[in-house]
Amino acid sequence: MDLELMINSLPKLLNAALITLKLLSVSLIIGLFIGLFFAILRLNKNIFINRFAYGYSYVFRGTPLLVQIFIIYFGLGQIEYLRSTVLWVILKEPYWCAIIAFALNTGAYTSEIMRSAFQTIKPGIIEAGKSLGISNKVIFYKIQIPIAIRQSLPAYGNEIILMMKGTSLASTVTIMDLTGVAKYIISTTFKPIEVFIVAGGIYLFMTFIIHNMIKFLEKKYSFN
Amino acid sequence: MELLTFGDTGWGDELFRATLMTIAVSITAMIVGFLFALIFTPLKLSKNRFLNFIANSYTTIIRGVPELLVIYLFFFGGTGAVMFVASIFGYNEYIKINAFITGAFAIGIISGAYSTEVFRGAIQSIDKGQFEAANVLGLNKFGKFFKIILPQTLRLAIPNLSNVWQITLKDTSLISVTGLVEIMRQSYIAAGSTRDPLFFYSFAAVLYLLLTFVSMKLINRLEVKYNRGY
Repeated sequence: MDLELMINSLPKLLNAALITLKLLSVSLIIGLFIGLFFAILRLNKNIFINRFAYGYSYVFRGTPLLVQIFIIYFGLGQIEYLRSTVLWVILKEPYWCAIIAFALNTGAYTSEIMRSAFQTIKPGIIEAGKSLGISNKVIFYKIQIPIAIRQSLPAYGNEIILMMKGTSLASTVTIMDLTGVAKYIISTTFKPIEVFIVAGGIYLFMTFIIHNMIKFLEKKYSFN
Repeated sequence: MELLTFGDTGWGDELFRATLMTIAVSITAMIVGFLFALIFTPLKLSKNRFLNFIANSYTTIIRGVPELLVIYLFFFGGTGAVMFVASIFGYNEYIKINAFITGAFAIGIISGAYSTEVFRGAIQSIDKGQFEAANVLGLNKFGKFFKIILPQTLRLAIPNLSNVWQITLKDTSLISVTGLVEIMRQSYIAAGSTRDPLFFYSFAAVLYLLLTFVSMKLINRLEVKYNRGY
């Protein structure tokens, strides 16, 4: 065991953990909106809209995240037309490519979580709202969405942790996140176990915090 | 389309072999995972606190740390560990471990942590009366486990194990960083030499979708088989 290396690499790895957290939070926020949007499409009765939303979540859940990042980072740059548009400002940055891939990926999983949450809402609750003369819009925003959010909290907590692990793939497109820096230190010092303990410890700590935050929210918004 | 022809000019046969490699690694990893689950599920269910602690650390650490980091640990650390053991026996030459074995083992440990949780949940949700009934019938330990508990565990575990299989299948794409030529690595090579990454990575995505689709169909059949008594 090389304790000195472990202590020396800790500040570098902690710095890199900030990049991991940044990637995670930005892609989760964008992904939440994508997820909500597609969950609503899934509840639509129009079969084309429904199928489209299902296809989106099927494709993004059925392929590895690595493929999605590579398609966006290496693949989209190949289209000549895209290079001349404003989009190129975003797509030439590996950072934004990773975030787009993460957001689309987590959006697919989030849409499934939210869809099943909407479907578990008892029809009686919506009927109660209608019989009180509340408009459909208000029922949706003030009754269905809050209940759905509460229902989907445990599953969404798992998704946050999975996504945090997913951000490690950003290191494959040259972003120096926690895994990227850990790999760099391993390949320069050839001390994989020490670096794994420190970097893995930081990841576990973040998992622990996220887990407890979700538990706290679940308790706060529980029905009893 | 000519990019996908078989033979010297196209990448069809290479990608086909790479797909077989992905399937082989996934199945090996899944089996390694089952072996780990076989060890750790009893530890999780045991009443001994120390054994509990070991099993819980295994599943918590593996499920809380990114797969890529675990793969790097095995990729960089595997050779060192094997050479260390070999040096005890007096062998000091450089040993290179096969990328297939490293990859299947790393992914196997990850999938084992998920499988352990699935089996634990399945065994715990079996009605207590079943255990008692088996005792009353005078079945011995093996009879009780293989004839009563295991068939019911499998029925409850198969839907969740199919999720584990999907995760394992997708995780194998990460082994490409170690140089094992599976779908992802082969697409990377093809994209590099033809300068057509969009096509090859999209095609890789299609291959993965095909694999998940076909395996879902097969698993559904298994589910029907194990549910036939219900």
